[in-house]
Amino acid sequence: MGRTLAEKVWDAHVVRRAEGEPDLLYIDLHLLHEVTSPQAFDGLRQAGRRVRRTDLTIATEDHNTPTLDVDKPIADPVSRAQIETLRKNAAEFGVRIHSLGDVEQGIVHVVGPQLGLTQPGMTVVCGDSHTATHGAFGALAFGIGTSQVEHVLATQTLPMAPFKTMAVTVEGDLPEGVGAKDLILAVIARIGTGGGQGYVIEYRGQAIRNLSMEGRMTVCNMSIEAGARAGMIAPDETTFAYLNGRPHAPQGADWDAAVAYWKGLATEADAVFDKEVVIDAAELSPFVTWGTNPGQGAPLGESVPDPVAIEDPVERAAARKAIAYMGLTAGQKLRDIAVDTVFVGSCTNGRIEDLREVAGIIKGRKVADGVRMLVVPGSVRVSLQAVSEGLDKVFTDFGAEWRYAGCSMCLGMNPDQLAPGERSASTSNRNFEGRQGKGGRTHLVSPQVAAATAVLGHLAAPADLSTAGV
Amino acid sequence: MEAFTTHTGTAVPLRESNVDTDQIIPAHWLKKVTRDGFEDGLFEAWRKNPEFVLNQPERAGATVLVAGPDFGTGSSREHAVWALQNYGFKTVISARFADIFRGNSQKGGLLTVVLPQETVERLWALTEADPTAEITVDLVDRQVRAGELVADFEIDDYTRWRLLEGLDDIGLTLRHEEDITSFEATRPTWLPRTQPVG
Repeated sequence: MGRTLAEKVWDAHVVRRAEGEPDLLYIDLHLLHEVTSPQAFDGLRQAGRRVRRTDLTIATEDHNTPTLDVDKPIADPVSRAQIETLRKNAAEFGVRIHSLGDVEQGIVHVVGPQLGLTQPGMTVVCGDSHTATHGAFGALAFGIGTSQVEHVLATQTLPMAPFKTMAVTVEGDLPEGVGAKDLILAVIARIGTGGGQGYVIEYRGQAIRNLSMEGRMTVCNMSIEAGARAGMIAPDETTFAYLNGRPHAPQGADWDAAVAYWKGLATEADAVFDKEVVIDAAELSPFVTWGTNPGQGAPLGESVPDPVAIEDPVERAAARKAIAYMGLTAGQKLRDIAVDTVFVGSCTNGRIEDLREVAGIIKGRKVADGVRMLVVPGSVRVSLQAVSEGLDKVFTDFGAEWRYAGCSMCLGMNPDQLAPGERSASTSNRNFEGRQGKGGRTHLVSPQVAAATAVLGHLAAPADLSTAGV
Repeated sequence: MEAFTTHTGTAVPLRESNVDTDQIIPAHWLKKVTRDGFEDGLFEAWRKNPEFVLNQPERAGATVLVAGPDFGTGSSREHAVWALQNYGFKTVISARFADIFRGNSQKGGLLTVVLPQETVERLWALTEADPTAEITVDLVDRQVRAGELVADFEIDDYTRWRLLEGLDDIGLTLRHEEDITSFEATRPTWLPRTQPVG
C-alpha cells in the first residue's frame, strides 16, 4: 500500500523508532517569537544547555509589536520587556532575529515562506498553533508548546505521537467571489472544531490545486481550528514557482535535486486515508461565523441558527451561549449584522494577495459611516510590496488605517483591540470570546467579505455592492 | 517535572464545551516571561461573573476540573497549563482535548483524562449535588473513582511511565544524541539554513 504525503515526510524524519515509544522526529526549521519562547530559553539556561542548531532556527517579533509609532520605544512596559527578552535570548544563544524595524520582520508564518525557508518535505515547528500554515508547501508543520520549544532548541528533535490521516477533497471549481477563506471556514463548520483531532489533514482536489500559494496558506493555517495537528497540500508547479529565486531556496544543481525530491512526495494513488471528507466546490459561497468558535459559521446568505433546532445537547448549549455573547438573535439574517470594525490582516489573510483583493474591491469607494477599518500587512515585505503597488493609498483614500506589520488585532496583545461590545468583521482565524479585546465580538470573514462589509457597514459580499449601488 | 501517581481532590464541574485557550488564559497574560503567577488570569473573563462556578465558595481548594468536550482548543500557549496548575488543579477530565493542549499538559505533569461524555455528566451531577465529593484519579491503575463511579481511562504506556516517574523529555532524548548526530549526517545539503555555519 502506498503512503500519503504526510507519512512520507514523517518517515523521512524519524531519528529513532522504538517499540512502545513515540517516534523521535528531526526538525528542519524552528521558528520563534517573543511570546512562547522566554520560558524555553530560561529552561536551557538553568540546565546549562545550548541551542543545538542555530542554523535551523530563526526568530521574529510579531505578537506584541505595535502597528503605530514603531520608531518609538514600545509604550506598554510588559510588551517591551517581553520583546527585549527575546532580543537578549537571541543574542546570548546566537539565534538570528528580525526585530521591529528590520525589513524581514513580520508575522512568523508570513516571514518563513517569503524568505523561502519553508520548503516541501520539511518538518517545521513553532510555538504557535498557526504553524500549520507552512503545510501549504507540503511541509509537515506543527504548532507546539513552550516545553517543546525548549526541547527543539536543545535537541533539534521532538518525540511525536503517531497521527491519523484525513483527506479533505474539494472537487470542482470555486464559484466566482468564493475564495480560500470561505472554503476553509466551510470545512471547519462541516467537520467541527474537534473533528480533526489526532489527524493530519491533506487538502486535495481541483479547487485546492487551483489555489495560489497565498490561498493554500490560508487553508492550511486554519487546520488547527478544526482541531487537526497539521494541514498539508502536495507541492506542485505552483509551489515551485513561488519558491524559485527566494533568498533561502536552493539554487542551480541543488534546485534540480530538490525539485526532483519534492515531486516524489505526493500521496500515492493506492494510499489509504483514515478518514475522507469530500466537498463540492460549486456548493460553496461566501462564508462567515456567527458564534464564538470557528466551527460556528454559515453561508452569508443564511441566518443565525435557532439553537432549538440543534440536535446535539452540547452543541445546542454552546450555540445558545454564543448567540447571547455575540448579541445576536436566532433567525437574524447574517447580512443584517452591522459591524463597528473591519480588520484585514493576520497570518491567515495578511499576505499581498489578500491586500490586493481588498484594494480591488474598495478602490474608489468610501468606508461606511462609523466603521473603523484597520489594514495590517503580515510583514514588512508585504507592506513594501503593497506600497510599491499603491495599495496603501487605496486604503487610506477609502478611509482605512494603514498600519505597520504584526499580529495586531487578531489577538489584541498590542493596543489594537475591540472595546467591550464592539463587533468586528475580521480576516483573522479565531472568534473566541474576548479574543480581539475584552467583550469584543468577532465574525470571521474572507478578505472579499471584509472589503464589502467595510463599504456597506454590515456583513456583505462584493456582489452586494452593485445591488446596493455603491 | 513533578511525578503524578494518584490524586484525590474535590472538583469544579465546568459545564462548557469548546473551552478555548483564550478563555483559560487571555492573551494579555502571555506577556509574562515566567512559568508562574498565572493563577489570577485563569478564566479571567468568566470569573468576573459572580455566578461562575470557580467563584462559588464551596469550590475553593478544588483540584480536579471536569469540563465539557473539546477542552483546550485554540492556541498553543502552554500558559494555559501553567494557569491551571498555578491555580491548584492537578488534573482535568473531559471527553475530548485539543491535541496541543493535551501535549502541553503531559509535558508539565497536569494529567488530562479522557472519559466518555456520559461519565463526565455523571461526575458533573455528583459534584454539583455534593461539592465535598472527592474524585480520585489513579494513573497507576488508569482509573477514575468517585462515589459509586469507577471508570477506566486510556493513556499510552510511554506517557504514563513518564508522568509516573516525573521524567524530563529533554533528558530522555539526549540519551540518544548519537542517533541525532547520525541522522544529521544524512540530511540533504540543499536544505535551508537560517545562517551560515560558523
